[in-house]
Amino acid sequence: MLALIPLLPFAGFLVNATMGRRLPKTVTGGLASAVMVVSFLIAVTQVWALAAMPPESRQVNQVLFTWITAGDFSLDLAFRLDALSAVMILVITGIGSLIHIYSTAYMSHETDADFGRFFSYLNLFCFFMLMLVLGSNVLVMFVGWEGVGLCSYLLIGFYYEKQAAADAAKKAFVVNRIGDFAFILGALLLVVTFNSLDFTTIALAAKAMPVEVTFGTLSLITLLLFVGATGKSAQIPLYVWLPDAMEGPTPVSALIHAATMVTAGVYMIGRNAVLFEHAPITLGIVAVVGAATALMAGTIGLVQNDIKRVLAYSTVSQLGYMFLAMGMGAFGAGIFHLMTHAFFKACLFLGSGAVIHALHGEQDIRKMGGLKKHIPVTYWTFVIASVAIAGVPGLAGFFSKDEILFETFLHGHQILWGVGVLTSLLTATYMFRLVHLTFHGDERFGAVADGHDAHGHAPQHLSTPAPEHLSTPAPQHSHGVHLHDAPAPMAFALIVLAIGSILAGYVGVPHALGGHNNLGAWLEPAFQATNCGQPVATGELAGIALEDCLPGEEAGVEDHAALELSLMAVSSLVAFAGIGLASFLWLKRKDIPAQMATQFAGVHKLLLNKYYVDEVYDATIVQPIKVVSQEGLWRGFDVKIVDGAVNGAGYFVSGVSIVLRLLQNGSVKTYAASIFAGAVVILAFYLWR
Amino acid sequence: MAIGHYLVLSGVLFSIGAAGVFLRRNLITLLLSVEIMLNAVNLAFVAFGRQFGTVDGQIITFFVMTVAAAEAAVGLALVIGLFRHRESLNPEAFTSLKW
Amino acid sequence: MISSSFDAIIPMLCVALAGLVVLLAEAFRGRDEKMPIGGLAIIGLVGAGAASILLWNRNATSFGVVTADNFSLFVNLVLIGVGILTVMFSSQTIERDGIPAGEYYAVMLFGIVGMMLMGQATDLLVIFLALETMSLAVYVLTGIRREQQQSTEAAFKYFLLGAFASSFFLYGVAFLYGVTGSTSLDRIGTVIAAQSMSGNPMILLGVGLLIVGFAFKVAAVPFHMWSPDAYEGAPAVVTGFMSTGVKAAAVAAFVRVFLSSLEPMITDWAPVLWLIAAATMVLGTVVGVAQTSLKRMLAYSSIAHGGYLLAGLVAGNDVGKAAILFYLAAYALTNLGAFGVIALLGTRERANDDLRDYAGLFKSHPALAVLMTFFLLSLGGFPPTAGFIAKWYVFSAAIGSGYYGLAIIGVLSSVVSVFFYLRIVVMMFMTDRDARPVPAPITTVAYAGLVLSLAGVLYLGVLPTAVIDFAQASISTIF
Repeated sequence: MLALIPLLPFAGFLVNATMGRRLPKTVTGGLASAVMVVSFLIAVTQVWALAAMPPESRQVNQVLFTWITAGDFSLDLAFRLDALSAVMILVITGIGSLIHIYSTAYMSHETDADFGRFFSYLNLFCFFMLMLVLGSNVLVMFVGWEGVGLCSYLLIGFYYEKQAAADAAKKAFVVNRIGDFAFILGALLLVVTFNSLDFTTIALAAKAMPVEVTFGTLSLITLLLFVGATGKSAQIPLYVWLPDAMEGPTPVSALIHAATMVTAGVYMIGRNAVLFEHAPITLGIVAVVGAATALMAGTIGLVQNDIKRVLAYSTVSQLGYMFLAMGMGAFGAGIFHLMTHAFFKACLFLGSGAVIHALHGEQDIRKMGGLKKHIPVTYWTFVIASVAIAGVPGLAGFFSKDEILFETFLHGHQILWGVGVLTSLLTATYMFRLVHLTFHGDERFGAVADGHDAHGHAPQHLSTPAPEHLSTPAPQHSHGVHLHDAPAPMAFALIVLAIGSILAGYVGVPHALGGHNNLGAWLEPAFQATNCGQPVATGELAGIALEDCLPGEEAGVEDHAALELSLMAVSSLVAFAGIGLASFLWLKRKDIPAQMATQFAGVHKLLLNKYYVDEVYDATIVQPIKVVSQEGLWRGFDVKIVDGAVNGAGYFVSGVSIVLRLLQNGSVKTYAASIFAGAVVILAFYLWR
Repeated sequence: MAIGHYLVLSGVLFSIGAAGVFLRRNLITLLLSVEIMLNAVNLAFVAFGRQFGTVDGQIITFFVMTVAAAEAAVGLALVIGLFRHRESLNPEAFTSLKW
Repeated sequence: MISSSFDAIIPMLCVALAGLVVLLAEAFRGRDEKMPIGGLAIIGLVGAGAASILLWNRNATSFGVVTADNFSLFVNLVLIGVGILTVMFSSQTIERDGIPAGEYYAVMLFGIVGMMLMGQATDLLVIFLALETMSLAVYVLTGIRREQQQSTEAAFKYFLLGAFASSFFLYGVAFLYGVTGSTSLDRIGTVIAAQSMSGNPMILLGVGLLIVGFAFKVAAVPFHMWSPDAYEGAPAVVTGFMSTGVKAAAVAAFVRVFLSSLEPMITDWAPVLWLIAAATMVLGTVVGVAQTSLKRMLAYSSIAHGGYLLAGLVAGNDVGKAAILFYLAAYALTNLGAFGVIALLGTRERANDDLRDYAGLFKSHPALAVLMTFFLLSLGGFPPTAGFIAKWYVFSAAIGSGYYGLAIIGVLSSVVSVFFYLRIVVMMFMTDRDARPVPAPITTVAYAGLVLSLAGVLYLGVLPTAVIDFAQASISTIF
C-alpha cells in the first residue's frame, strides 16, 4: 500500500507523458488531479493506521527489493512511513492535490500538448517528492532529491520561449548540483563511517557515539549534508536560484518552490536528527545560516516589486526560520513551521496566481492596487494567509513561529532570537505592503506605468458595490480592464488552503496556552533513534533499541510557561507592529480602509498620531533599509557576490575549457609529443624519485 | 658484451624513433620512425633472450615483425588516402579536426 | 584432451567465424543483391554469448595463454552486447553512408575478436597481439568513409599515435621479460611476489611503459589527445563502438595485468594512476564544456569516464574491481545509445552533430529526444539510471580505500559535466527547430537497438543487484 502513494502519481505521469498530447485537457488534467487525490486518500488511511499503533513503534516499512549490494554493504529500495514522513506525505499529497486542481483552471489557456506536458511534469515531481520523504535510506532519498531537482528544472523552464525562464531553469539546476555534490560526498562518508545508509541504522549507531565537541567525522558528514540542503532549500549561499525560479508557472512556484521541494533540506535534517544532534558544531552553523538567511531575505523582500519575487524572498526567509529551529535542535518546531508554511505560502502563491490571472499576466505590484473589490475570493484568502504568515495570534503561523522563537530563546541564543523577532517584524511588514499595494489603495492596473500617479482617479466608482465576480470595468479604463475572480477550481484550492492557514496551527498548540503540542508529541519518536517497529538487525544494538522503546519522561516544558507566554506577547506585538507599519507606510496617502483601522486601532492610532515620525522613519529606517537591502544586499551581495560566484564558477570553467581546448591543435605531432612527454615524466618519476 | 650495451643501444634507437614521430615532417617518415621504435624493442627482446639462453626472445621478435608488417599495410593505405585528399605528405596539412 | 584446450577460445572462434562468413557472403553477393549481412554478424555474436555463458565457472584455459575465467567472460558479454547494439544501429547508417556492408561487419567482428582476446589473454605478448588485432580493425573502421577527408585524417591520427603508443607498451613488455624471463602474467606475478622488486629500475621502467600503453587505449590524460579527433572524424556508429568496446577491452587487460601480476607493486603504480585518473576526470570534463560538436563533447565525456574507471582501478579493492566491471557495462550501454541517436540523426552529406542541429529535436523526433535525454542523464550520473549506480559504486570503492581526494575530484567533475549534458537537453527541449537536413525515417531495428539500450540503462539503474552480484562473482574467482 505504501508504495502506491508514490506510484500513483508516477502512473499519471506515464499516461500523460505518452498520450497527453493527444488527449483533451479535461482528461489529462482530471487524471493528474485524480491520481493525486487518490494518493492523498491512501496516505490518510496509512497515517490513520500508523496513528493506531503505540507511539514508540510507529513505523511501517515496505521493502520493494534489494537495490545495491557491495560486499557486506547492502541497500534496499525501501519505503518507510513514520511520524515524520507521515506529516510530509500528507502535506505533499494534500496540498499537491489542491494545486493540481487549481492548475486545471490556471493552465487552461495552454495548448493540449503543453497542458499534458505540464501535468506530466507535475505528477512526476510528486512521485519524486514522495520518494524523497518515504525513502528509508539516504540513497532512495537522493533519488527523490535529484528527481525533484530535475522536475523543478523542467517546470521552471516550462515557458522556454522566454529566455529568462530557460536561464532561470538552468541556474536552478546548476546551483542545485553544487549542493548535490556536497550531499553525495556526505552520503559516501556515511557509508564509510557506518557501513549503512539506512536512516534507522545510522541513527542507532550515531547514538552510541559520543557527541562531537570538536569538529570530527560526524560534523563533517552533517556539514556536507547541510550544504546539500542549502542548495535544495535556498539558504545562504546557494539561495540565488529561488527568486529567479519564479519564471515558472505560478502553481509550480506554489507546489515546488514554497510548499514541498524547498523544504526537503529541512526534512532531511529532521530525518537525520540524531546524527545532527551529535554534531553540535554543525547545528550551530545551521542555526546561524538559517537566521542570517531569514533576516537577509526578509529585508530584500521589502523592496521587491514583483508580486512573486516578494513571495519568493519570503519563502527563503521562512525557510531560514525552519533551519534556525533545526539548528536549535527543535526539530519538531521546524517541521511544524514547515507544515504551516506549506499552507499559507501555497495559498499566497496561488492567490498571486489568481491576481496575475485576473490581470492577464501583470506581476508588478506598482501596477496593481484596489483589487480587493474586484476579486474578493482571492483577496480574502490572500489576507488570511498573510495574517497567518505575519504571526497574528490564532492563526497557523503564530503557533509555529512562536515555538521556534521560544526554543531559540530557551537555548540561550538571545541574539538569534532577536534576529528572529526582527525577521518576524519584517515578514509582517512586507506581507502587508504586498497586500496593500495589490489589493488596497488606488487602482493602478489600467493606468500606464507610473505607480504614484494614482491621485487622478476618482475614487467613487470603486466604492460602488460590485457583483460577486466583478467583470464590470471601471469607467475610466475604457480600453477594457476585464477582471475575473478565480474560477471555481482555483477558488476551491484557495479557500481550502486559507482554512488550512487558520487551522493548521492547532495541531501544535503549546502547553503554555493549555494545548498539548500534539504535533510535537507525534513527531518526537521520529527524532529519536528507535528500532522498535522492526526486528533488530544485530545483537549489540538490541539493548539500545529496547531502551528506546520504553516511554521517556515528559519534557518539562511547564516550567517555562511564563517565559513562553511573555515571548508570545512580544512576537504578537511585533506582528501587529509590522502590519501597522506597513499600513502606515504604504497606505498613508489614502484613507486606510475602515476595517483595518478598527481592527488594528491601537497600532494604527499610535502611528497616525505621530505623523511627524513619518519623515523620521523614512529618513532613519525606511531609506537606510531600502538602501542597505536594495543597493547593498540585493544589488551588492545578492547580485554581485553570490550570483557572481555562481556565474564566476561557470565562467571560470568555460574559460579554462576554452584555453585547454586550444592545446588540442590538430597536429598529430603535438599529440605524439604529449604522449612522449607523459611517458618521460612517468619514467623519470620512477627512476629518480 | 654485457646486456647493458644492447639495452643502451635499444634505448637510443627507441628515443630516435620516438623523436622522429614528433619532429619529422613527412608522413612516410613518421611511419618509418614507428618502425625504428619497434625494432629497438626487438633488439631488447633478442638481447634479453640471449641473456636467458632461450629462443623466446627471438620468437617474440617474429611476432612483433608480423604485427609491424600489418601495421605498415594499414598505415600506408591511410597515407595514400590522405594524399588523395590533399596532395600533401606534410602532417601539418591535416589538422581539420582540432579543439 | 585436445578438444578441451580449445574451450577458452570458443567465443572468439564464433565471432571470427562469423567474420569470415560475412566476408564470404560479401564476396558472393550479386551487385545489387540485398543480403542480411548484419544478421549473420548477430548470429555469430549470439553464439559467442551463449558459449561465454556455458563456460561460466569452468575456468577453462587454452594453450596456457588464454583463459576463460569469469572476469573475462563478463567482459566478453559486455563486448558482445556492444557488438550486437552496434550492428543494430549500423544496419541503417552504413546503407545510408554507402559503406560496403561486408567489409564493415567483417572488420568490426575481427575487432571484437581482438577485444575479447584482450580480456582473456594471460600473457603479455598475447595481450600485445590482441591489442594490435583490435586496434588495426578500429583504425580501418575509423577511416572507412574514404571519400571524407575528416574520416581519413581521424584514422591516420589514431593509427599513428596508436602504433606509437603500442611501441611503448611493447617496450614495457620487453623490460618485464628481461627481469622475469617470461611474458606470462602468472610467472611475472610469482617472480615479483617472490622478491621485492620495488627498487629494480628495469621493472619500474616496464611498469611505467605498460601504463603508457594502456593509458593510451583508455584515453587517459596526457595520452588522450587522439580520442577527440578520432571520435569526431569517425562515423558516429563507429565512434560508439570504439568508445565503448576499445575502452572496455583495454580496461579489462589493464585490470588483469595491474591487479594480478603487478599487484605486489601497488604502492609503486597507484600514485601514478591516481594522478592520471584525477587529471583525466578533470580535463575530460572541463574541456568538454567548451565543445559545440556533440561527438566531440561526448568524446571528452568518454575521456572523463575513462578517469572514473581508473579511479576504480586505483582503489584496487574488491568493491573497486566489481565496480569497474559494472561501470563498463553501464557505460557501454549508455554511450552506445547516445552515439546511436547521433548516428541516426546524421545524413550522408552531413553528420548533423553540431549542438545547434539538436534544436527542437523534441518537436521533430520526440522519441529520439526522450531516449537521448535518458542516455545523457545516465552519463551525468543521475539516479535512477545505470550511470548513477556505476559512479556511486566507483566512488565508494575509492573512499573505501582511503582515496578521499580522488572521490571528491570525481564527484566534482561529474557535477561540472552536467553543464554540457544539460546543454544538449536544453537544446532538444527548450529551443525551437532550425532548418536542417531531415534524416531518413528510422528503421525498426535501429529503434529496437535504442530501446534495448534504454532498457539496459534503466535495468542497471533500478535493479542493479543481479549484475552487481554477477560482477562480484566474476572477480572473486581470480584476483
